[in-house]
Amino acid sequence: MPQFTYREAIRHALAEELDRDPNVVIMGEEVAQFNGAYKVTEGLLAKYGPKRIVDTPISEAGFIGMGIGASMLGIRPVMELMFWSFYSVAFDQILNNAANVRYMSGGQINCPIVIRGPANGGTNVGATHSHTPENVLANHPGVKVVVPSTAYDAKGLLKSAIRDNDPVFFLENTILYGDKGEIPEGEYLIPLGKADIKRVGSDLTIVTYGRCVLHSLAAAERLAQEHKVSVEVVDLRTIRPLDINTVLASVAKTHRVLIVEEQKPFASVGSQLAYMIQREAFDELDAPIHRVTTIDAPAIYSPPVEVVQLPNPDRVVAEALKVLA
Amino acid sequence: MSNKPIATPVKPDAVGANNPTDHRQAPVNAELSAAERINLYRTMVRIRRFEERSLRAYQAKKIGGFLHLYIGQEAVAVACCSLMGKHDHVITAYRDHGHAIAVGMDTKPLMAELYGKVTGCSKGKGGSMHYFDPSRNFWGGHGIVGGQVPLGTGLAYAIKYQGLKGAAMAFMGDGAVNQGAVHEAYNIAALWDLPVVFVIENNGYSMGTSQARSSAGDLARRGDAYHMAWGTCDGHDVYEVRSVMNEFLVRAREQSKPAVVEIKTYRYRGHSVADPDRTYRDKSEIEEYQRTKDPITVFRALLTSEGTLDEAAADAIDAEARAEADNAANFAEASPFPTADDIQKDVYWEADNPEHRKSEGLLFFT
Repeated sequence: MPQFTYREAIRHALAEELDRDPNVVIMGEEVAQFNGAYKVTEGLLAKYGPKRIVDTPISEAGFIGMGIGASMLGIRPVMELMFWSFYSVAFDQILNNAANVRYMSGGQINCPIVIRGPANGGTNVGATHSHTPENVLANHPGVKVVVPSTAYDAKGLLKSAIRDNDPVFFLENTILYGDKGEIPEGEYLIPLGKADIKRVGSDLTIVTYGRCVLHSLAAAERLAQEHKVSVEVVDLRTIRPLDINTVLASVAKTHRVLIVEEQKPFASVGSQLAYMIQREAFDELDAPIHRVTTIDAPAIYSPPVEVVQLPNPDRVVAEALKVLA
Repeated sequence: MSNKPIATPVKPDAVGANNPTDHRQAPVNAELSAAERINLYRTMVRIRRFEERSLRAYQAKKIGGFLHLYIGQEAVAVACCSLMGKHDHVITAYRDHGHAIAVGMDTKPLMAELYGKVTGCSKGKGGSMHYFDPSRNFWGGHGIVGGQVPLGTGLAYAIKYQGLKGAAMAFMGDGAVNQGAVHEAYNIAALWDLPVVFVIENNGYSMGTSQARSSAGDLARRGDAYHMAWGTCDGHDVYEVRSVMNEFLVRAREQSKPAVVEIKTYRYRGHSVADPDRTYRDKSEIEEYQRTKDPITVFRALLTSEGTLDEAAADAIDAEARAEADNAANFAEASPFPTADDIQKDVYWEADNPEHRKSEGLLFFT
């Protein structure tokens, strides 16, 4: 099977949807002439022209709001945020307008918009550029939130996101852009809201998503080799809608849960998961649910220390052993 | 963009802003039939009586939250919306009752929305600030000052993308002009030649802060910095608003060019009805506007002087408008509230259309 990078997988999803639906437009800062700040949209301007691939000014509230307005009339804008960290300057547009307009209109309007871009730490860019707002976004009924961990997932999920009639926020990861994965020939879709078991195991369930899937898989391998522990890794892939059934089925099998997420601990995605697991599977649990999160402070710049602040395989192994103790 | 020619400001003052006769003779007004003129008048009266009735309902505690009344500003929405063609669209802020009636929404569901009833135009989920009717190209009704202006720019983007000859009117109050989102929208509209007319309804006060204490310089002139055409006009005169706005709308539709128009108007009531309204302006100021510039009185006098309308017919229109408002209130009163089961409807398109659902997993949480 051919191998493509996570970046190429996203680009291929964009291109396929541009081919399929004339209402799809790609917009964002540097997406066209510059070929994308992270080269995700490289070559698209040359192929599709300036009507479909549109450079915007550095003006997130303006262009995101404009995309939302256009989506109300049936355009399907796929808006790139150079970093999801910049969502804060477009917060009113994203989370007041896109999230609420259907409700406030009594269901008369829908916004088929996708906002995509990277949302991660680990690149030594400090606190302003390292936000992971999936919990903040998912707190708003009306929106969907996707955080793919692999090239295969990114492509199939993005194509579904673009066809979705609700606003979908698609959170990528700059560190994953160069990671290669197998991508089948021809079209495929992955439905939003379907988790994927990335490693089958029997002693411990790690619930995770995004780049933390990779840390969890690395940790699972070490736990198997060094501690003879069998770990199941559940990749949520989508935060909202949430595939809680796959999580609960795994918990029923392993009876022990560790949540691994690149989130600050307070009111994180993991907080919601831990609540739901104890509520639905209290009798299945043989130990308290633990979490590995980002250490609770703004993102530190210092490169070696940022590695420690974020979840990493060492921290996952250490916390897993506590759950198993 | 230095090679881009500076758009010539269109200054309606040059064609006689304060001389209603000239505007009456503008082609867009001269071609109006008597019935059409009377209908403009009727719509203004209907808005006023609707709002007066809603105020009484508010005072009787039938309506919750905020109630931002448009009384005094009726000529603006009526004149602007009377110019709409098939591919023209409207979006506004939270003082939206006038625009909703002006685009043709039925007053019964509008009143029911204020009462929070399931028969409301947004099923009781939006309230006073959030009226919508996409079937009439009316996209709200938005609560955050200036937040609707990028959306209006997006409507214009969609019109242009689809190759249609239409224009979007993005209304805002004078209090919105200092919001960043408004300037971002101006820039994008000008940069991309989008067919949007930004309409500043300048009623002199951003809530309780006068224009002099709130905004530096001339409001519409700021469009000049973006090389947009701009203009001002008197919002108390339906004919003037129509003739000035028509120029900008035609330009938007035909040439896909944006513009900023400041329409000077005045509200008689507070920012919302909970507003004390005497801390920042004198009662005499309000009374002076009511006495000399009231848009309904002014237009009634004009129509009477034209011979289009006689006093008896005008009185009949008023009586009908009062009856309509009462009927709307009766309808609202008699309608049921939404139920708790309705709370989670109209959140996701997919949840409302389960037969088309493609995603899996939980959309809602407990």
